Amino acid sequence: MTSLDLTDAARRPFTGRRVRFGDVSLQVVAGTAAAAATVLVGLIVWKVVDGARPAISHEGVQFVWRIAWNPVLGREVFGAASFLFGTALTSLFALALAAPLAMGIALFLSELAPRGVRAPVTALVETLAAVPSVVIGLWGIFVLGPALQRYVEPALHSVLGFIPLFGPPGSAGPSIFTAIIVLTMMILPIVSSISRELFLGVPHELKEGALALGSTRWEMVRGVVFPYARGGIAAALILGLGRAVGEAIAVTQVIGGGVFIHWNLFDTGDTLASKIAESFQGAASDLEVSALFYLAVILLVFSLLANLTAQWIVWRVARAHGISRGGHA
Amino acid sequence: MEGLAWLAAAIAIAFLVLIVWSVARKGASELNLDLLTKGPAVTFLSTAKVGLANAFAGTIVIVGLAIAMALPVGILVAVYLNEFAPASIRNGVSLALDVLNGVPAIVIGIFVYGLFVLGHGQSGLAGSFALACLMLPLVARSTMEVLALVPNSLREAGLGLGIPQWRTTLSIVLPQTIGGIVTGTVLAVARVAGETAPLLFTSSIVGTQTSWNPRHALQSIPVAIFELSESPDPADHARAWAAALVLILFILFASLGGRWLATRSRTRMLSR
Repeated sequence: MTSLDLTDAARRPFTGRRVRFGDVSLQVVAGTAAAAATVLVGLIVWKVVDGARPAISHEGVQFVWRIAWNPVLGREVFGAASFLFGTALTSLFALALAAPLAMGIALFLSELAPRGVRAPVTALVETLAAVPSVVIGLWGIFVLGPALQRYVEPALHSVLGFIPLFGPPGSAGPSIFTAIIVLTMMILPIVSSISRELFLGVPHELKEGALALGSTRWEMVRGVVFPYARGGIAAALILGLGRAVGEAIAVTQVIGGGVFIHWNLFDTGDTLASKIAESFQGAASDLEVSALFYLAVILLVFSLLANLTAQWIVWRVARAHGISRGGHA
Repeated sequence: MEGLAWLAAAIAIAFLVLIVWSVARKGASELNLDLLTKGPAVTFLSTAKVGLANAFAGTIVIVGLAIAMALPVGILVAVYLNEFAPASIRNGVSLALDVLNGVPAIVIGIFVYGLFVLGHGQSGLAGSFALACLMLPLVARSTMEVLALVPNSLREAGLGLGIPQWRTTLSIVLPQTIGGIVTGTVLAVARVAGETAPLLFTSSIVGTQTSWNPRHALQSIPVAIFELSESPDPADHARAWAAALVLILFILFASLGGRWLATRSRTRMLSR
């Protein structure tokens, strides 16, 4: 650390000058950049809340549980409840589908796959994460959606139709179900690549110990790998959930829209993020724009909570395992 | 149970193959030079000679400016955190970067809308700033990772020769990390070049003429795909697929290239 104490610096031999101008200026410039990055987070929170202020004073907290989106001038009523419901429905189902798949992929890539297969499959799975959401959405509209509507939804409805979730398929292409599949694809690479790193981090002594005690490979995975990585998996799932909740574009393209709450996965719906995205050019009034900011506030609060919880879990796990993971986890 | 793990991996790869195959099949027929060099048709009914030159030009300008904003700041943040900052500040700023990385892209779009667009109108610059917000944590994080790989003996050698710390950092430590920084930037560009959500509110209300001026709202490839995909006209869908093919080729090329660079620079750094 550079000491700014002049008398102390002057006493040090070999330093030549007391305080090096270059050292201080680089530190100040770089420190300003770091401060700016931190301030940016605060600025985002402030600006989004600031934009939502007219809607907050007009709608109050009731906004959160009201089912309404009426931008007609003079009779404006806005509420987030149907979008919150849609967000919860899509992202929780997507997580439920992605979690077991991601665990399977992570186990495959860390324990089961032959050596030569691991690197290419890992690259392919991570490439899935690089496909832009608008392209996944395009594919969802024209390929996945029609296929699901024609083949999968009628089949699920005829077998499981007694459950309200699997109601009659809608007449149009878009559905909540398509959005769930699209979201599953989008969070799968994140959850599986974090889990893979967790599984690779399980100490060899533990795995070999289990195998030496006569357990099969599957028993070793269940008895050693999963319990050791449990905390980290929870963090990975939370990050995946955060990604699913925040995804706007692909969901907007395939979900269809609508301000109502229903349990039929095969009908249309809307989420917080997709509602914001689809209203980008069509906001009728300043109040509606502000209501969109209000939706963004809810999204922002959720993403902050999800991230901080995941970081906290990672920090706790790192401490429990007694390993330091450097400055960041 | 092990068979299920094989199946899970196969499903993920099948997703990727299905998407890339669909895009390639539906986009290839519409892909021609006009798409890149001509603007969209101005007349209402004509679908002849329609390209997306305005979107390609806009994406180049917006992403280029986003790199110009995020790259220097990201490197400086990483230099500060790795070379100067005490542990407590390092942890705090790292956490802020992680939080920034987790903010949904659509919220970044709304934020920049409130910051710049309300009152001033949309512009390519506002779009670039939104993309830069997404790039910053990625660039800073990848630069920090390569800075941490630079052996301390190099820093000590520099300081031992009486070279001031700032020169040691800028002319000895940073040059070691250029490979890693390039890699991180390529991967970050691959990630943000396909982002639609931050641009919807900041740079989407555009005409059909090709413009390179970032002070006006510029069309971009992702926004063009988004708008064309919502259009009722099948000719628009065909153009959306063609634009998606160009975008996905660029992104696959960049991210696979970036990954290859990453393994290469890492093995070279570690083998020293």
